[in-house]
Parts: sequence; structure tokens; C-alpha cells
Amino acid sequence: MPALPMPDLLPALPEIVLACAAMALLLLGVFRGERSTRLVSWLSVAVLMAVLVLSAMFQGEKHVGFYGMFITDRFAVFVNVLVLIGSAVTIIIALHYNEEHGLARFEFPVLVLLATTGMMVMVSADDLITLYLGFELQSLALYVVASFDRDSTRSTEAGLKYFILGALASGMMLYGISLIYGFAGTTGFTGLAHLFGAAGGPVPSNGLIIGIVFVSVGLAFKVSAVPFHMWTPDVYEGAPTPVTAFFSVAPKIAALALFVRYLIGSFSGLIAEWQQIIVFLSGASMVLGAFAGIAQRNIKRLMAYSSIGHVGYALIGLAAGGAEGIRGVLVYLAIYLIMNLGTWAVILCMRREGQMLEGIADLSGLGRTRPGLALALGIFLFALAGIPPTAGFFAKLYIFLAAIDAHLVGLAVLGVVTSVVGAFYYLRIVKVMYFDEPLVTFDRPLAPELRAVLFVAAVLTLFFIVYPDPLMGGAQAAAASLFAR
Amino acid sequence: MTDAVLLQTIMFYIFAAITVASGVMVISARNPVHSVLFLILAFFNSAGLFILLGAEFLAMILVIVYVGAVAVLFLFVVMMLDIDFARLRSGFMRYLPIGALIGAILLAELILIFGSWAIAPGIEGLKAAPMTATAAHGAMTNTRALGDLIYTRYVLAFQIAGLILLVAMIGAIVLTLRRRGGVRRQRIAAQLARSRAQSVAVVNVPVGGGAGEPVEPVAAGE
Repeated sequence: MPALPMPDLLPALPEIVLACAAMALLLLGVFRGERSTRLVSWLSVAVLMAVLVLSAMFQGEKHVGFYGMFITDRFAVFVNVLVLIGSAVTIIIALHYNEEHGLARFEFPVLVLLATTGMMVMVSADDLITLYLGFELQSLALYVVASFDRDSTRSTEAGLKYFILGALASGMMLYGISLIYGFAGTTGFTGLAHLFGAAGGPVPSNGLIIGIVFVSVGLAFKVSAVPFHMWTPDVYEGAPTPVTAFFSVAPKIAALALFVRYLIGSFSGLIAEWQQIIVFLSGASMVLGAFAGIAQRNIKRLMAYSSIGHVGYALIGLAAGGAEGIRGVLVYLAIYLIMNLGTWAVILCMRREGQMLEGIADLSGLGRTRPGLALALGIFLFALAGIPPTAGFFAKLYIFLAAIDAHLVGLAVLGVVTSVVGAFYYLRIVKVMYFDEPLVTFDRPLAPELRAVLFVAAVLTLFFIVYPDPLMGGAQAAAASLFAR
Repeated sequence: MTDAVLLQTIMFYIFAAITVASGVMVISARNPVHSVLFLILAFFNSAGLFILLGAEFLAMILVIVYVGAVAVLFLFVVMMLDIDFARLRSGFMRYLPIGALIGAILLAELILIFGSWAIAPGIEGLKAAPMTATAAHGAMTNTRALGDLIYTRYVLAFQIAGLILLVAMIGAIVLTLRRRGGVRRQRIAAQLARSRAQSVAVVNVPVGGGAGEPVEPVAAGE
């Protein structure tokens, strides 16, 4: 038997460049020592941007490479862009924080780069094996950055908790993968789509259904959908703040995209089987995110519940199934990325005499002491609550429209109701900022990179409606590419 | 049934019985060191099962990796750490009902799943057929075949697995390596650069008097 030829590496060029750059920067850091943290960080940001350009240039065409293990299409490019922006902004906003808290080590940007590589592999997975490996590469790097503040008990606890529960989720996922392989005879999404990609295929056996459920559980854990969300508030609270910001955007976006590709890309014919699971995950997440957030006094925990709720909204689009729904998910993810990064940038500004503040009460009177910061946070909170004319409103609008088109009216109504409940705790912060007496004043001046992130995110959130075409068009094309198999 | 098949069947039952028995002993042995030793026995017998299947590469990997590295590591940990296993087991009876319940549910599910297993009618005859070397395969061994696939068909998976190991390594270093202050390190260059004048002091000792305060030789480079 002659050996198979080496596969074409070009489709995975962005991922290869990113992985090699991470290793090169690691070597640079090792040889230059701790002094090189700033240099390595900025070089990492440059690499992420270069990879973004490469991905947009090379991965737009639909192409299945590596003997069916890796796929490039518009969907992958769209999500890659979001993930890369999320990672780059994380590295930028972490710079100042890490220096202040004695965490300025060059391994941080390198680990973020490697996690990003994992996420890009997840997004482009076309095989359950690739799915699992990308998932693990990402998770392992995230466990380490969660406990990056190794002298803090809370950070270590966050990392350990995340690690143990993540290992459990991985185990379930692997079990599901083995069941799918056993009952379908293939791990490739192309092969699975051949069998179950259209309605009226072979009747799936119990084993296959249970396998699909187990893999979905693993993914639901990663996107922290209820009832697999238990780890989220503790990990978000304990991890260093820039790391939490990272957790709430890039890995979630990648895992949701993987969820979409896994269910739509390979099992779209079995939608009747998995739709109810997604409907339940989505509804439960929205309800829990709305009600559990009310009692929170710590803004990092509040953001954890907020992100659980937002995952619920995004999952509505997946439950809807069609191209409309997937477009809704992608638009939602993009807007979620921007408003969430903005909010985290404000939280990173909450510091007094070098100490981070995390209480919601610490924001009181911000409207008088720091009007600019208060205005920015106000915009992000209005967007998170989904109040027009901010971008957050349109994100929810497209999701709900898709749900109604797919006859999921109950879910759409539940979404609207929980949005109203959730608006309570977002708007309470606005009230605290503008109507309460100032208690503390935050340190000045803000780091310039934080200010830049705040400004850009606020402008994008507020003025999305003026020029929505690039995002809408991109999401439309990306969703369409997923269905053109 | 030919002699070869009979021998194989007998070997299978021996290996399988010992594997199961030592698996039970792993969790029931009182002494943790004995548990690890039984684990090693289970690994060796599983390797035997792999050889019966014709997967000699997996058998050797099992012995080298699991027995050679993992089990020895377990032994070290068990011996180095003073874990009170009696205390760990103390809640056993308390957790037994819930554990048994979960186990029973899982078992029922597994039976349900495998009840729906169906083997394609055409390949029924192939199920027990041993892999034979054909002309097309030539002298292809397991190791060679795996190598052919890992570096071509599965090169992506292989490389990502490598990256995962790299991340694990970086993580271990990031979380545990500490640079302590005040450590006296040997500086060979400084030692070699010392001159005689820096290390030897000539003192004129008077008769009947001591050498006085010892003269500190000037350390090189300080």
C-alpha cells in the first residue's frame, strides 16, 4: 500500500502561522526574560491581526482539506474574525492590569495565542476528532490562564474548578463521540451529513441519539448553558479580570460556532431530535440569567449571569435551525463581542489606589465623578439590556424574528419576557451611577489602550444602526455557506 | 476448531479473567501500593489481549507508556504522599446507595444502547476473520501502517495533539516555577576571572601576636 500523499497545507495557513508565531514568541520570551512582556504582547496582537487578514484572504472559499478533517468557508472566516478580535483586545486590555498586579509575564500572550489556535481549529472542524482536539487545545490553555494569578487563592480555585468540570465535560463529549462513531461508522461531518444531513435519511438508532446528546452536553458546558453553567459565576469571579473578559467572549463564540457547525453541518436532518434539547437549554439559560442576576452585588458575578442569559438568546437562533436563525446567531455573537468587551474595559477601570473594585455599589455617583466612563458604561448596559437604538436591540430582534419564522413563538415570547426582567439589573447599575451619592473616586488617568478600546466599542455599539450592512452581509453569506453543502 | 484457534481462545480467557480479577483488586485492595501493583498486572494482561487481536504496536505502547511511565508515577505518588486512604474510604457506605443508583441507570442505558446495535448483514462473516498478510499489504506491520496514516491522513490531528502537549508543558512551568530571591548561584565566569590579589592576602604576623582580624578576600565581580 503506497503511503497517502501529504495533504495540502494551504487551507490551514492562518492556523499554522498562528501556532508557529506562538512558538516563536515563546522562544523570544524565554531568551529575553520578563522584560520582554510588553514586546511579546504587542507582537502577539500584530500576529493576531495578520492572521485575521490571512484568514479573510485564504479561507473564504469552501474547501475541505486534510482528508476531510478541516473545512474552510465563509462561516469559519466570520467566526475567526470575531475570535481573533476578542483575543487581540484581551491581550491589549490585560497589559496594564497584569503589570499592576505583578502578573506581567510573557507566557500570558503566548497562552492566549495557543488558545486562539484551538478556537480556530474548533471553528473549522469537519470531523469529530478535530472538534475534540481543538476543544482540548483551547480548554487546556484557558485552565492555565484562569489560575494565572497563582498566589491568589481565588484565582487558583477558579482554575482548578474549571479544570475538573472541564475534564468531566470532555469525558462526556468523548463518550458521545465514540457512540456516534460506533453507530454511524464515521466521525467526519461530511459523512454524517451524507447520512443525516437531509430529512428522510436512515432512522437513527438510540445509540446515535445518545451520542449526539452527550457531545451536546460537552459543548453546552463550554458555552455555559443552563443546566451546565454551575462553574461560570465562580470562575468568572475568581479569575483575573482580563482573563474573565477573555472567557466571556472568545471561547464562547468559538464554542457556539462549533455547536452550530456540529448540529447544522452534520445532523440537520435530525432537527426534530435535537431541537427540543436546544430549546430547553436556551429557555433555561435565559430564565436563569435574568433571575439569578438580580441578587448579585459583585459586577463580575453579574456579568457571568448576564453571559449565561446571552448564550440563551444566541441558542434561540440555533434552535430555529434555518439560515435565518444562523444569521441571527452570528449577528448576535458579533454584537455581543463588542458590547461585552466594552463593559469589561470599564470594569478594568474600576480601581482605587491600585486595588480592583468589584462591587456594584462602588460605581455610585460615577456620572458625577467620571462622566465619560459613566456614559460609556451606560451605553454598554443599555445594549446588553437590548434597548433601542443600541446594537443590542438589533441583535435580539433578528434572533426573535428567526424564532417566529421557525414557529418557536413560545421561545421568542420567553426571550422577550426575560429581556425585560434582565433589563432591571442592567438599568439598576445606570441608576446607581447617575442618582446615587459618590462613594469612591477611581484612579486617574486611564491607560491609553483601555481608553481606545472603550471609545471604539462605545461608538460601534451606539452607531451600529447607521451602517449595519458589512455585519449583516457578512453574517448572511456566512450562514448561507453553512447550508451549501 | 483447529489447535491454533483453541489456543487463542484459551489464552483469551486467561488474559481476560486475570484482567477483570486484577481490576476488582485495584479498587478493593487495602494497601494502595498493592492497588497500583494490581493495576500494572491489569495493564500487562490487556496488552496480552491486544496481541491476540494482532495489534502488537498498541500492546507494546500499553506496556511502555502505562506500565513504564504512568503506573510507576502512581507508585511514586502513593509512596511519597501521605494519603490517608482509610479516611478517604470512610464515606463509602454513605455514598453507596446513590452510587449504586447512578451505576444502575448507566448500566440500563448501556444495555438499551447496545440493544439497538445491528451489524450489517454482509459483513457477518468478516467479524471473526483474522487479518492476514496479502500481497497488496506486503510486509506491512502495524507500526508501519500507523506511521503511514499518522503523518498523512491524520497529520492535522497529530500536530494539534503536539500543541496540546506544549500547552500542558507551558502551563506546568507557568504555574509552578518560582524565581526565589537570595539564592546563591555559582558564577563560573566570575570565579575564573579572580586574580591572586583578590583572593590571597599576605599578612605580616608579629611574633607572639595573632593574625588579627581575618582579612576578607575581595570577591570577584561584587
